[in-house]
Amino acid sequence: MKDLLNSWGPTAATFLPLVGMLVLLAIPKTEETLAKVVALVTTTSVFVVVVAMLFEFDYDSTGTMQFALDKSWIEAINARYTIGIDGMSLPLIVLTAFVMPFVVIYSWDHFPEPKNPKVFLTLLLILETGMVGCFVAQDLLLFFVFFEVVLLPMFFLIGVFGGDDRKYASFKFFLYTVFGSAFMIVSILAVYFLYAQNVGDGTGTFSLAALSAWGGEGLAKNTGILIFGGFFLAFGVKVPMFPFHTWLPDAHTQAPTQGSVILAAVLLKLGTYGFIRIAIPLLPEAAKWWAPIIGLLAVIGIIYGALGCLAQTDMKRLIAFSSVAHMGYVMLGIATLTPLGINAAIFGMVAHGLITGMLFFIAGSVKDRFHTLDMSRLGGLLLKAPHMGWLLGFSVMASLGLPGLAGFWGEFPALLAAYSPAEGLSEPVFRTFMVIGAIGTIFAAGYLLWMLQRVAFGRPTEEFEDEHIHDMHLTDYIAWAPFIVMIVVLGVYPQLIFKITDGAVVQSLAAITGN
Amino acid sequence: MLTHAWIIPLIPAISFVLILAIGKKLPRGGSEIGIASVAICFVLALTVAFGWVSRVNDGTPPEGRQSSQSYLITEGHETRPVTEADAEAENGTDAAAHGTEAEATSTDHEAEATESTEATATEDEHGTETSAEGEEGGEEHHATSAVVRDMTWFDSGGFDIRVGTMVDGLSSLMLVVVTLISLLVHVFSTDYVAGDRRYTHYFAFLSLFTASMLFFVLSSSTIQMIVGWELVGLCSFALIGHWWEEKPNSDAALKAFLTNRVGDVGLLCGMIILFFAANGSFDIVRITEMANEGAIRHSLLLIASLSLMTAVMSKSGQFVLHTWLPDAMAGPTPVSALIHAATMVVAGIYMVARLYPVFFEGLSIGTGNINALAIMGSVTLLFGALLAFVQSDIKKVLAYSTISQLGYMVMALGVGAWTAAIFHLFTHAIFKACLFLGSGSLAHHIHSFDMKKDMGGMRKVMPKTYATFLIGTAALMGVPLVTAGFWSKDEILAGAHMLGGGGDGYPFAIVMGLLGAICTCAYMTRAIWYVFFGEPRGKSAEMELHENGPRIVVPLMILAFGSIVAGFVNIPDGSIPWPAKWQLWFEHMVEPTGTYFVATNPDFGHPSFLPWVAVVSFGAIVVGAGAAYLWYWKGLGPHGITERNRFARAGYVVLEKKYGLDILYTDWIAGGVKGPIARAAYWINQNVIDGLVNLVGRTAAKTGQWVYRYVDQGAIDGAVNGSGATASGAGEVLRKTQTGKVQTYGSYLFVGAALLAAVIVVIAS
Amino acid sequence: MLLNQFLVLAAVLFCIGVYGVIARKNGVLVLMSVELILNAVNINLVAFSAMTDSISGQVFALFVIAVAAAEVGVGLAIVLAIFRTHKTVDLDQVDLMKG
Repeated sequence: MKDLLNSWGPTAATFLPLVGMLVLLAIPKTEETLAKVVALVTTTSVFVVVVAMLFEFDYDSTGTMQFALDKSWIEAINARYTIGIDGMSLPLIVLTAFVMPFVVIYSWDHFPEPKNPKVFLTLLLILETGMVGCFVAQDLLLFFVFFEVVLLPMFFLIGVFGGDDRKYASFKFFLYTVFGSAFMIVSILAVYFLYAQNVGDGTGTFSLAALSAWGGEGLAKNTGILIFGGFFLAFGVKVPMFPFHTWLPDAHTQAPTQGSVILAAVLLKLGTYGFIRIAIPLLPEAAKWWAPIIGLLAVIGIIYGALGCLAQTDMKRLIAFSSVAHMGYVMLGIATLTPLGINAAIFGMVAHGLITGMLFFIAGSVKDRFHTLDMSRLGGLLLKAPHMGWLLGFSVMASLGLPGLAGFWGEFPALLAAYSPAEGLSEPVFRTFMVIGAIGTIFAAGYLLWMLQRVAFGRPTEEFEDEHIHDMHLTDYIAWAPFIVMIVVLGVYPQLIFKITDGAVVQSLAAITGN
Repeated sequence: MLTHAWIIPLIPAISFVLILAIGKKLPRGGSEIGIASVAICFVLALTVAFGWVSRVNDGTPPEGRQSSQSYLITEGHETRPVTEADAEAENGTDAAAHGTEAEATSTDHEAEATESTEATATEDEHGTETSAEGEEGGEEHHATSAVVRDMTWFDSGGFDIRVGTMVDGLSSLMLVVVTLISLLVHVFSTDYVAGDRRYTHYFAFLSLFTASMLFFVLSSSTIQMIVGWELVGLCSFALIGHWWEEKPNSDAALKAFLTNRVGDVGLLCGMIILFFAANGSFDIVRITEMANEGAIRHSLLLIASLSLMTAVMSKSGQFVLHTWLPDAMAGPTPVSALIHAATMVVAGIYMVARLYPVFFEGLSIGTGNINALAIMGSVTLLFGALLAFVQSDIKKVLAYSTISQLGYMVMALGVGAWTAAIFHLFTHAIFKACLFLGSGSLAHHIHSFDMKKDMGGMRKVMPKTYATFLIGTAALMGVPLVTAGFWSKDEILAGAHMLGGGGDGYPFAIVMGLLGAICTCAYMTRAIWYVFFGEPRGKSAEMELHENGPRIVVPLMILAFGSIVAGFVNIPDGSIPWPAKWQLWFEHMVEPTGTYFVATNPDFGHPSFLPWVAVVSFGAIVVGAGAAYLWYWKGLGPHGITERNRFARAGYVVLEKKYGLDILYTDWIAGGVKGPIARAAYWINQNVIDGLVNLVGRTAAKTGQWVYRYVDQGAIDGAVNGSGATASGAGEVLRKTQTGKVQTYGSYLFVGAALLAAVIVVIAS
Repeated sequence: MLLNQFLVLAAVLFCIGVYGVIARKNGVLVLMSVELILNAVNINLVAFSAMTDSISGQVFALFVIAVAAAEVGVGLAIVLAIFRTHKTVDLDQVDLMKG
C-alpha cells in the first residue's frame, strides 16, 4: 500500500479525474444518471486516494517531500515531471479532494441552466485535475501548466452555466488571470536562465527544490524584486488582492453555485499557495522587499472588501466581496514572513474554503428557492426554511471569525504574527497593519450579521409570504454536513492543521528566519 | 477536583448539543437537560470551591501538584488525560462525564508527547507528575498558588499555545456565581418562557452560554479568555435576538454584537501585546508574574492595559460603549438577569482582576492618585445612574443601574481595591439577578415593562415579588449593616479614600462614588414608587393579577436571601461584632496570594473599615431616597421644572437622548460606514478600479480597432494594395506600348540598341 | 582604309535591313530584311577577321549563315502558319500580343 502510494499516489490523485472525464465523454448525453455516477465515483476515488495518503503521511517530517516522484518530461529544457506532497500542500490537497465529491453530490439535482450534466461534470473533472496538479507539482513548468489548465474549465463553467451577465464575467476572469500568468511565465523563464547563469553551469532548472535551495543568492537586488513582481502579479490576481480583485465579485455572482464554491474553496488558494510555495522560497530577499507592500494591500483589502460588502444588495455578491476581506487576512499572515503567520495563512485558506464554500452553497439554495438574491426582497428565512436559516447563521458566525469555529484560527494568529514580523521588516508598520486588521473584524461582523438579519431574521416579505419554500433536500444535507463538521472540528482542535503545516513552513522559511 | 475543573464547562456544552439534537422530542422541550446539567455544574462548582477553601486552610495543596501536563499516551492516536490521584475521579458523575468527554471534544484527544510516555503506559491511577515550568511551582512562596492544568492546544511557528484550567479563589468564586445564577434562571425560565415559540432553542443557548462563561472563567491562558469572551458574546447575541421576528430585537442583538466587536479589537490587540511581552506565551500565570516582576516594559503594559480597557468598556458596559446594554433588554428577562446583569457583563471586570498585575503596573494604580481605569469607572457609575432617572421601562432602569454598578467595580479595580471589586461583583450578581427576575415576575402576566403606563400599586397583588424586590433594592442602595450591597460598596468607597499613592486616595473617585450612591437611591426609590405604589395603571389595572407560581417565586426568595447574607462573608474587623475567624473570610479565600498576583507588591493595600464612610454613605441613602420619597410620595419639590426651566429641560433632554451617543453610533458612525462610506468605496470599486479595468479593456479593444482600421487595413494592407494598384496603373500606361505589332517591338529593340551603343560609345571614349 | 569601306557597306546594309524590318508590312519581306541585317553583320565579321588576321571572325560568319538559314526556315513556317490562320501576311493585322 505504502509503496503503491509512494510511486502513484499524487499522480493518481491528479489524473484520475482525467480518466473519469474520458469515461464521461464516452457516455451518451442522454444517460444523465450514469454520468453523475461516474463523476461521483471519480471524485470519491480521488478523495479515497488522498485520505489513504493522509494516513500514510509521515507527520514527523512534514518538511520533506513525500510520495515524491521525479521523471523526465521535456528533456530539452530540463523540465521534469516532479511531484510530491509536504505539509504545506497536504491540507490544500485534502481540501480540494474533500470539496469535489460534495460539489458533485450537491449537483445531483441542482444542475444549472442549460442543464447539461455531461458537459458540466466533464468541466468539473478537468478542473479537479488542474487544481490537484497545482498542489502536487514541484516543477515550475508543471505548475504553470496546471495553473493554466484550471483556467479553461472555470471559464466555461462561468461562461456557459453562469447567470445573465456571464459573458462579461467569464472574459474578465479569463483575461485577468491570463494577464497575471503572462508575467509569471516571464518570471519563471528569468529564474530558469538566471539559475543557469549563476549556479547551474549553464543548465537551467524548473525544479522547485533546486531553485529554493538556491534562493536567488547572488542576484542583483532589483532583479530579484522584478522577478518577484512577476509572481506577485500572477498570484495577486488569483488571490485576489486589492486592487486586482474586481474579477472576483463578477465571477462569483455569475458563476453557478458549484462554480462559486470551487472558486472560493480552492481556486483562490492557488494564488496564496503560489506565494508560499514558489515566490517566497525562491526569492526570500525580494520577498522582504515586497512584504510591506503585500501587507499594505492586504489590510486595504480587509477594510475595502468589508466596505464593498456593506454596499451590496445581492447576497451572493456580498459573500464574494467578503472573500476579498478574508483573503486579506491570509495575505497579511503571509506578508509577515514568519512561520506563525504562514501557518495561520494556510489555516485561513482551509477555513475560508470551507466557510465561504458553505455560504455559497446556502446562497445557491436560497436562489433556487426564492429565485432572487436581492436582500431587500428576502427575509424570514428562519421561518420559511428553519434548518437552512440556522445553517446560514452558523456559517455567518464561522465567517466572522467566532472562536471555536475554524475562521478564528486563520484570523487571530495572522494578527498575532503581524505584531512581530520577520527580522528586517518594520515592526511599527506591521503593528499598524495588525490594528487595522483587527478593526476589520468589526466590519466583518457588521456586514455578515447585517446580511443574516436581512435574510434570516424578521418575517418573509409579502412576495413570499404564502409561497411554499422547501427546506433542505437530502442532497443538501449530505453535501453540507461534512463542511459543518470540519468547521467545528478545526475550530475546536486547530492542531489538526497546524501540526501538518508547521514543519514544512518552518523549513521553507529557513532562508528568512535564518535557521 | 481542582484539577478536574475542565469537566464543569463540558457538561453544559454537551447539554447544548443534546438539547439541540433531541430537545424537541422531550416532554419538557429540553429544559430538563439544561436544568440537570446546570445543577450538576453547581454541585461541582461547590466542590471546587470547597476544595479551594480547604486548600487555603490547609496551607498545603490537597491535590498533587500545581500544573499538569502529563497525559497518558497509548500507542498511536488515542490518549486521554491521566487520572489524578484524587478521590473525586472515582465519583460517578465525573466518570460519566469523563466517558462522554472523550468522544465529545477533540481538545482532549491531545497527543502531547511528553517525557512520560513509557512511564504512564501501564499506570492508571497515578499519573506521572511532570512539574510545570519552574515559575509555576508555588510552594516556595508560602502562598496558595493557583491550580493550573493545561495541555497543548496547537503549536505554530515555535510557539506552544496551551489550553487548560486555572483554579484559584477568583475562578472558584466565579464558578459558584455563574452556576448558581444560571441554575436559578433556568428554573425561573421554565415558567417564564413556557410556551415560547422557541422554548428548546432558548434552553440550548442558555446551556451554551453557561458553558462558555465557565470556560471563560476557568481560562488558564489569555487566548482561551478571548475564545470564551467571544462565545459569551455569541450567546448574548442569540438570546437578545431571541424574538428575531421583530426588527427592534434583531437590531438590538446586532448592536450588542457589533459594539462588543469594537471592544474586541482592544482585547485582541492587548492580548497580542501581552503575548509577545511574555516572550510568546498566552499563559496567564506567566504573563502576570512577569508583569509583577517588572520583566515587561512599562510602556508595553500601559498600552496593553489601555487596549484591554476598551474591551472592558464594551463588554462591561462602561461609558462610552455602554449603549448596547440597555438595548439588550430586548431579550427575555431571565436572559437579562443572567447575561446582562450577573455574569457576562462582569467578564470585563473578571478579565481585569485576572490580569491585575498588568493593570496595576501599567496604570501605576498603587502609586498614582488618578488613572484611566478609575476615571472610566467613576464616570460610568455616575452617568449610568443619571440615565436611570429618565427611563420609564423598569428593565432599562435596571440596565442603567447595572452599568452604574459595573462602574463601581471598575472604579474599585482602578483605585486598587481588588477584593472590594470582586466582592461587589459577587453581591451585585445576586441582588441584581434578584431585581431582574423580580421585574420579570412583575411583567409575566402584563407583558409590559413600562412602569409609568402599565404598572402601579402592584405591592398588593404580588406581595412576594414586592418583598424580594424591596430587599434587592435595599441591597442595591446599600442599606447599612443588613444588606450585602452595603458591605461591598462601602469597601469600594473606603478603598477609593485610602488607597493610591501616599495613601491620599482617589479624590475624584470617591466624590463620584458618593454622588452615584445618592442617584442610585433616588432612581430606585422612583422605580419602587412607580411599580408598587400609587394606583394600578394600564394593563395592570385591566388584568386580574396574582402572584406567580413557585418556579418564579422561589428563585426570587433564594436571591433575596442571598442579597442579605452574601455581605456577611467579608465583614471587616472593627465594624460589627463578628467571629475573628470569619472576618474578611472572602478576602482570604478569593484574593490570590501567589506570585501571579500583586499581593507581594508593597504598593498594594487593603482598605480598612472606616466608620465615617459608612455614615456618609448612609447619609447618601437618606438624601437620595428621601428626596425621591418626598418628590413622589409627598409630591414635594419643583414638579414640572423641566417645562419651566430651560436648563433643567436641557439636562432632561440630554439624558433622554442618552448623551447623544446612540445617535452618534447608530446614525453617524454605523450609518455613515454602512451608507455613504460603503457606497463610496463600492462606487470607487465599480467606477475607479473596475472602471480602470474596463477602461483598459475598452482601450485595448479600441486600440485594436484603430490598429486594425488604420494600421493594418490602412497602412500595411494599404501598402500591399497600393503596390498592386501602382502596378496595374503602370500597366495601364505601359500597355499602350504593347501594340502587339512585331515591328513596334522591333523598333524598340533598335532604339534600345542604339541607345546602348551610344552609352557604350560615350563611356568608352 | 580598306576596312572602312566594308564597314560603311555593312552599315548601309544594316540600315536598309532595319528599315525593312520596321517599315515593311509583308512578313516575308520583314524576314528578308532580317537576312539583310544578318549579312551586314557577316560582312563586319569577315572584314574584321581579315584585318586582324584571325580565323574566328570567319567561323562566326559561318555560324551566322547557319543560324540565318534556320531562322528563315522557322520564320517562313510562322509566316505560313499566320497566313493559314489569318489569311494574310500583313503584320499590322497580326496583333495577338496586344496588351
